[in-house]
Amino acid sequence: MRTFDLAVIGAGPAGMAAAVTAAKHGLTVALLDEQQRPGGQIYRDVDKASPERTEVLGRDYTHGRSLTTALRSASVDHIQGAVVWAIEDGFRISFTRDGAASQIGAEKILLATGALERPMPIPGWTLPGVMTAGAGQILLKQSGMIPEKAVLVGSGPLLYLLAAQMVRVGVPPLALVETQSWSDFKTASRNLFGALRGWRYLSKGLGLHSEILKARIPRYTGATDIAIEGTTNAEAVAFTAQGKRITLPCETALLHHGVVPNTQAARSLGARHLWDARQHCFSPELDGWGASSVQNLFIAGDSAGIGGAKAAEIAGQLAALKIAAECGKLAQDELERTAAPLKRARESELAARPFIDTAYPPYRPSLLPADETIICRCEEVTAGEIRRYATLGCLGPNQTKAFGRPGMGPCQGRYCGLTVTALLADANGTTPDETGHYRIRPPLKPVTLGELAAMGTQSDKVAK
Amino acid sequence: MKIVSPFPDANFSEHVAVSFDGQTHFLPKGTNLAAALLSAGITVFRNTPVSGAARAPYCMMGACFECLVEIDGVVRQACMMEVSEGLDIQHPQGRNSDDADL
Repeated sequence: MRTFDLAVIGAGPAGMAAAVTAAKHGLTVALLDEQQRPGGQIYRDVDKASPERTEVLGRDYTHGRSLTTALRSASVDHIQGAVVWAIEDGFRISFTRDGAASQIGAEKILLATGALERPMPIPGWTLPGVMTAGAGQILLKQSGMIPEKAVLVGSGPLLYLLAAQMVRVGVPPLALVETQSWSDFKTASRNLFGALRGWRYLSKGLGLHSEILKARIPRYTGATDIAIEGTTNAEAVAFTAQGKRITLPCETALLHHGVVPNTQAARSLGARHLWDARQHCFSPELDGWGASSVQNLFIAGDSAGIGGAKAAEIAGQLAALKIAAECGKLAQDELERTAAPLKRARESELAARPFIDTAYPPYRPSLLPADETIICRCEEVTAGEIRRYATLGCLGPNQTKAFGRPGMGPCQGRYCGLTVTALLADANGTTPDETGHYRIRPPLKPVTLGELAAMGTQSDKVAK
Repeated sequence: MKIVSPFPDANFSEHVAVSFDGQTHFLPKGTNLAAALLSAGITVFRNTPVSGAARAPYCMMGACFECLVEIDGVVRQACMMEVSEGLDIQHPQGRNSDDADL
């Protein structure tokens, strides 16, 4: 088994920047990523996108090429198409690649596992034709494809970005059904002054708004009682706005109300997580460098708390510098000197966050869904069932598994964990921190016996 | 749902034969399998083992496992695969079928 100074998990902005920085300082670095090409979700397939496609996706997307280019020329073992399914103390990382399991060792680990769409349980959200807005963007970035006759539902900048990109390709959405209200904007405006330091984000937002306006896309705000209607496929989005019940026939509904840190790998290693009330999610407890509560385990980028791609890139660099210093490759004064401008840059990247987070809060009925709404998509468990477990004395998310299997399907609680915690905390009158989250155990992703049996046959190849 | 490709470059790549539930589709080689199946008009990828409900890709990034399909006896995520010649894909039938224990 080959051992590296540092293993980075995830080749998005944080992971690529960290791997390159660490390698530059003389560390041996492995970068493991599930995708076949680097970029993460934000820069998905940025190297492959045609000029027509990058025209639509914009400069913020093609910025990713600076990272992929640096990665190619750095001395990093980039292990593509590697699905990591276990990380054990020490560290030993097990992953599957090309149908065979392999292992590598690492002194230090940096998790750069990014974000997941915040689950948006509403009636009908499991129907074919309902996808996340992020999925819509991935279709566009990776495959140059876009859903027709789509309604965008929820809140947040990603909805506007996707809507504007759909307008640019000539397949505009039928409508935007937005859940934020004027009162959210008023609350957020308290943060507007601080956000001015992040003016680039605000001006980008205004530009997207004007593109959507010019294309005359119908917009509804303050939408409530949202449901996707249909029998075997999504056929319409129904909602109430300004006191009126509206039904919009469509073929696709793209949902989004923010993204949340993907904490699966960090939790499996026992890293402490705390509830972030402003972002309505759990984030790992970290110091300013990204060091977690577990020794030699660092976390950077959106998996450390949502800050966006640029902030992630800087956080990856900062964590890598600290790791290089801990490995004796960088003197303490050199570390402080190199890190100071990066820390300032990160602060201005994050300046607009409080405004964005409060102007586009999550859709409240999806945080505590109605009884009949499915909250665990895999095992088809409803919100009402979780409330019933609470009346039977169920205190924590782990115990719900014994009552009705939520979180035990193939997604392993990625899309129901936060909802289960919220429902139990609400029913039991506890805080999310007191209620806790599912305990995450390996395998983090399913692994077949065939892949395990092939372990070793390929490990030499990978670890060459 | 119908997904379309508004870009000319997407049609340039070689199309190869892929079978889904016994039906042959010609899909662009090397593209994301889930995206290619959606663009071929396949709207239901599987039925769930719990209620038999129809499901299709949801996250497109390997996290939700809604796009599971059976290829050569192994259940895999279509969104994590690329189109290659001769893929023989079955739609997991869900409850009351042989693969209900998946």
